[in-house]
Amino acid sequence: MSSMNSSTQNLTPEMFQPIERDTLAQEGVSSKKITFWGDVWRRFLKNKGALIGALLLLVIGILAIVGPEIHSYSYRSVNYDLINKEAFGDHWFGTDGAGRDVWTRTWYGAGISLLIAFLATAFDLFIGVPYGCISGYYGGKVDNWMQRIIEVLYGIPNLIVIILLLLWMKPGIIAIALALGITGWITMARVVRGQMLKLKSQEYVLAARTLGASTRRMLTKHMLPNVLGPVIITIMFSIPTAIFFEAFLAFIGLGIRPPEASLGVLINDGYKVLQLFPYQLFFPALVLSLIMFSFNLVGDGLRDALDPKLRQ
Amino acid sequence: MSAVEPKVEKILEVQQVKKHFNVGRGQVVQAVDNVSFDVYKGETLGLVGESGCGKSTIGRTIIRLYEATDGNINFKGKMTKDLKGKNLKQFNREMQMIFQDPYASLNPRMTVGDIIAEGLDIHELAKGKERRDKVVELLKTVGLNEEHADRFPHEFSGGQRQRIGIARALAVDPDFIIADEPISALDVSIQAQVVNLMKKLQREKGLTYLFIAHDLSMVKYISDRVGVMYLGNMVELADSQELYDNPLHPYTEALLSAVPIPDPETEKRKERIILKGDVPSPIDPPSGCRFRTRCPKAMGICAQEIPTWQEVRPLHWVSCHLYQEESLKKEEGVK
Repeated sequence: MSSMNSSTQNLTPEMFQPIERDTLAQEGVSSKKITFWGDVWRRFLKNKGALIGALLLLVIGILAIVGPEIHSYSYRSVNYDLINKEAFGDHWFGTDGAGRDVWTRTWYGAGISLLIAFLATAFDLFIGVPYGCISGYYGGKVDNWMQRIIEVLYGIPNLIVIILLLLWMKPGIIAIALALGITGWITMARVVRGQMLKLKSQEYVLAARTLGASTRRMLTKHMLPNVLGPVIITIMFSIPTAIFFEAFLAFIGLGIRPPEASLGVLINDGYKVLQLFPYQLFFPALVLSLIMFSFNLVGDGLRDALDPKLRQ
Repeated sequence: MSAVEPKVEKILEVQQVKKHFNVGRGQVVQAVDNVSFDVYKGETLGLVGESGCGKSTIGRTIIRLYEATDGNINFKGKMTKDLKGKNLKQFNREMQMIFQDPYASLNPRMTVGDIIAEGLDIHELAKGKERRDKVVELLKTVGLNEEHADRFPHEFSGGQRQRIGIARALAVDPDFIIADEPISALDVSIQAQVVNLMKKLQREKGLTYLFIAHDLSMVKYISDRVGVMYLGNMVELADSQELYDNPLHPYTEALLSAVPIPDPETEKRKERIILKGDVPSPIDPPSGCRFRTRCPKAMGICAQEIPTWQEVRPLHWVSCHLYQEESLKKEEGVK
């Protein structure tokens, strides 16, 4: 106490001097530099479910490529000496009613599903995004017409489209691709259009217009980078829909047909003998569920990581 | 318009401009109706009015974000609506805008450097090192420094963002800047900073401002002349001191009576004019004078005739029947 008093008494006004104010230092930004995508990545890594989903997808993807090659069995070679073998023997997932190796067929089918995923993404990106961009950016009459066309397309049930296609095509991957091409991108077009309408009146877009930016510059620099988040999210949710659509078509016999293999075909084959050889249904169904599950997990994770409402 | 104004040249003439928005079902919002005013080189013209009175719309129409439904806008002697190609590019450099919302006016995916350099890129004014130097120079002009160029908008405060927006506008060396409520989204302590920066820039670069706002004290502080808008019409336009000392239009009187005076004694004695009701819809504005439904001094004639835009005192324009002798005579006749 006494020491404090004495030290206070020792202070004289001369000891104090004003510090010069450094206005530029006040403007300093001390935080670490974060880019938008760096931030998204950090948020995504925090989400355990999404990480598990991504890991599962990676494993399934590798197995879809490597899986059918591990054994010498072909996905379509029939062997009547080895009908309906139990799983976990020579044939890891057993064999089906025609003696075909279920392991090989399952991963071959998973490969088909991933191909469908790729197709759906391609249609979303190359039809849905430009369609929505044009519709939303130009607005007015153009927008009106383009939206009416979408509504007509949306009004046609997918099943009718595919049945009509099958009238003059063989059922298979091309027919499915066409059916997806007709309607699969509609959600994406709508999402992108909505975003465009929102962005169009944003002040930074107006600012670019007052500076005389060209349409190309507006779209590539200001609009598209800002719709990328919703676009990625929409893709992640449209992929499982497309995969399920393929499996469903195969299951009801309108898609890929045996001896070709897809998860839908395998599930259809398997469920007929469910009570006798449940593993023939179990493994393909498990893989299909895991694919859907992990796409949804990753989609959820990406949505949380990209959601503009959480940002700003 | 006026022949009395000898001192400087007009940079902008707004003549009888209308901007109507079609909102569907045959309904039309008359956001701006028959607005005329001039802006002189080097001055600041303040534009005030409550929300939805069309002051932002007129600003955006002048800079061609909207196309005028009717009327002419002359910028430096050229009709803006006829500009094309090279002339339009030139116009885009000469007239710039500062926006209201500092959080929405910067592209979140671009670095501050790229945002500021956008005008340079579009008009191909500078490349490479020259571009970088120009960006740094602009950042320093608005009180920021070089290291800010590589950062993203979300890392900055509202005031800093608004200054980045100013730097972006300055990049193309404009003569005329429309400031669309540049301070209304900022903290009071930051408002002065931004307004002072704008004043400083005006002195140094000889800029002309159209300053749109609804804060009357701030408008008085920055403006040389002030225009008051109500429901898509300009109701009064005068020198800012003259307008604040001698408001003629009843709406201006009411607005000014709402400005708080920083002296409790005066403030207590001050009589506030409280307007009745709400602003009518611009889809179906009142006949005659648009303010008549809320005007404490409304007369019979106000419902029948649209008051003319008249210079009732030197450089003091008002659109009100109270100051039009013919109208007053007619009113007498009716009684």
